[in-house]
Amino acid sequence: MSFVTVQNLFQSYGTRPILERINLTVEEGEFVSIVGASGCGKSTFLRLLLAQEQPSRGAISIDGAPPAQEPDRDRGVVFQRYSVFPHMTVRDNIIAATALNRPFGALWGAARLKARAEALEVLDRIGLAHVAGQYPASLSGGMQQRLAIAQALAAKPKILLLDEPFGALDPGTRLTMHDFLCELRDETNMTIFMVTHDLPEGFKLGDRVLVFDKPRWDPTDPEAYGATITYDFDARDGGIPYQRLVEETHVPLTL
Amino acid sequence: MALRWINRRPSRPLSVFLALIPFVLVITAYTLASDARRAVNPADKLLPAPAQIAATADRLLTEPDRRSGRILFWVDTAASLQRIAMGVVIAAALALGFGLLIGLAPTAQAALAPFVATLSLVPPLALLPILFIVFGLGEVSKVALIAIGITPFLIRDLAARTAELPREQIVKAQTLGASSFVVGLRVALPQIMPRLIGAVRLALGPAWLFLIASEAIASENGLGYRIFLVRRFLAMDVILVYVIWITLLAFLLDLLLRQLSRRLYPWAEAGL
Repeated sequence: MSFVTVQNLFQSYGTRPILERINLTVEEGEFVSIVGASGCGKSTFLRLLLAQEQPSRGAISIDGAPPAQEPDRDRGVVFQRYSVFPHMTVRDNIIAATALNRPFGALWGAARLKARAEALEVLDRIGLAHVAGQYPASLSGGMQQRLAIAQALAAKPKILLLDEPFGALDPGTRLTMHDFLCELRDETNMTIFMVTHDLPEGFKLGDRVLVFDKPRWDPTDPEAYGATITYDFDARDGGIPYQRLVEETHVPLTL
Repeated sequence: MALRWINRRPSRPLSVFLALIPFVLVITAYTLASDARRAVNPADKLLPAPAQIAATADRLLTEPDRRSGRILFWVDTAASLQRIAMGVVIAAALALGFGLLIGLAPTAQAALAPFVATLSLVPPLALLPILFIVFGLGEVSKVALIAIGITPFLIRDLAARTAELPREQIVKAQTLGASSFVVGLRVALPQIMPRLIGAVRLALGPAWLFLIASEAIASENGLGYRIFLVRRFLAMDVILVYVIWITLLAFLLDLLLRQLSRRLYPWAEAGL
């Protein structure tokens, strides 16, 4: 059975349909990029995966579990902004991944010392050890997102959801963040869903690229129909938008 | 070409100079008026000379009362500060609890927000007679007036600030396993604390108003009580000393809270 199963998913706000008839199966460890025009339901789909919203119809199941009613530790998330806690130091943000799960949101005694040591290890690995005692506001955008990703992964979720995680970063930082994310992925074999506006980014990072669009369009009433997955590209092979050829076509491929 | 007025920024020395102008003008106008009145009637009590105000201040701050043997100025100050502190602390504690609840839990918001909004429309001073009847003329009714007067404002402000916390953070905390209580305790509460201090700074103005009003009506000491007592003797010099002192206290309290906020919540510096 597949790791993530989306069955006949519909979502509408009031009378306005957003998503229609979405069916999807994703294997464990797959990296799924989600692209599409603004307002075509990419972020809505991510919120449904996150269980922040409930679908009008259909269900999402992760690792065979019944559909979640609210966000939980199975789903890690990184947003474009506001993903780390501004009132906690960098180290405490990592510790929070363990601590917030406790009755008072805090660790005591040996567990606390262990979590601190582990947090420092994590920070060392992601190159933020030198700012462990600082608050996120003093970090650059790229460092904040690196922290947010490490924080989400520290809770050991089953899937990681990224909502335009690099959208607010400059192009250079974006490239280093790509390398960072790829390394983390190789280490953890995490199942990842990433919403992005940047097509090359989607193809570069993803194993699959899902395109959300409206298959039906009423020019007199643009909001009459919702969006669905219109293309499901295989994006492996170095991130070149490229479909594996099944037949021998005798056409020389020039690279 | 001359810059638009909205683009002109005074230099630092000019700013200080400009800031001083209104103060100097008021003091000069007062001195001139005082001189003019005393030229006609040397025993004029309405506008005492600045020198006389200084002399009165010296007497009030240092000479003990003949009957009780205590310096009434400091007795009044201590009594008033105690009342305002108790009122503000009670209001802040209530506001923190209810503000977080209303801001975080939609059920609590549905149940409480309209009620708090209605309460905040009741003029607190109109409740003062009720407080005097219920709690008597002692300390309780004065502290209660201050607390009742500023609590609805503080609750509404803190509820709004809590609701303004980015949704992303609340969701993120849930994905890390936080319960409602933990979200309130570890995510919302620490971020609301600097906001609470900010709101209390704004509420201190009304708090002083309620304090002085309740002291004026029924009290045995306090800054407001003294002002209204000596009014009967037309002792403008005493009143002015007390008014200046209250202004100074209000300024110092505000400064204290601002420093406290900076010291305790350095991460909030950019946002405030």
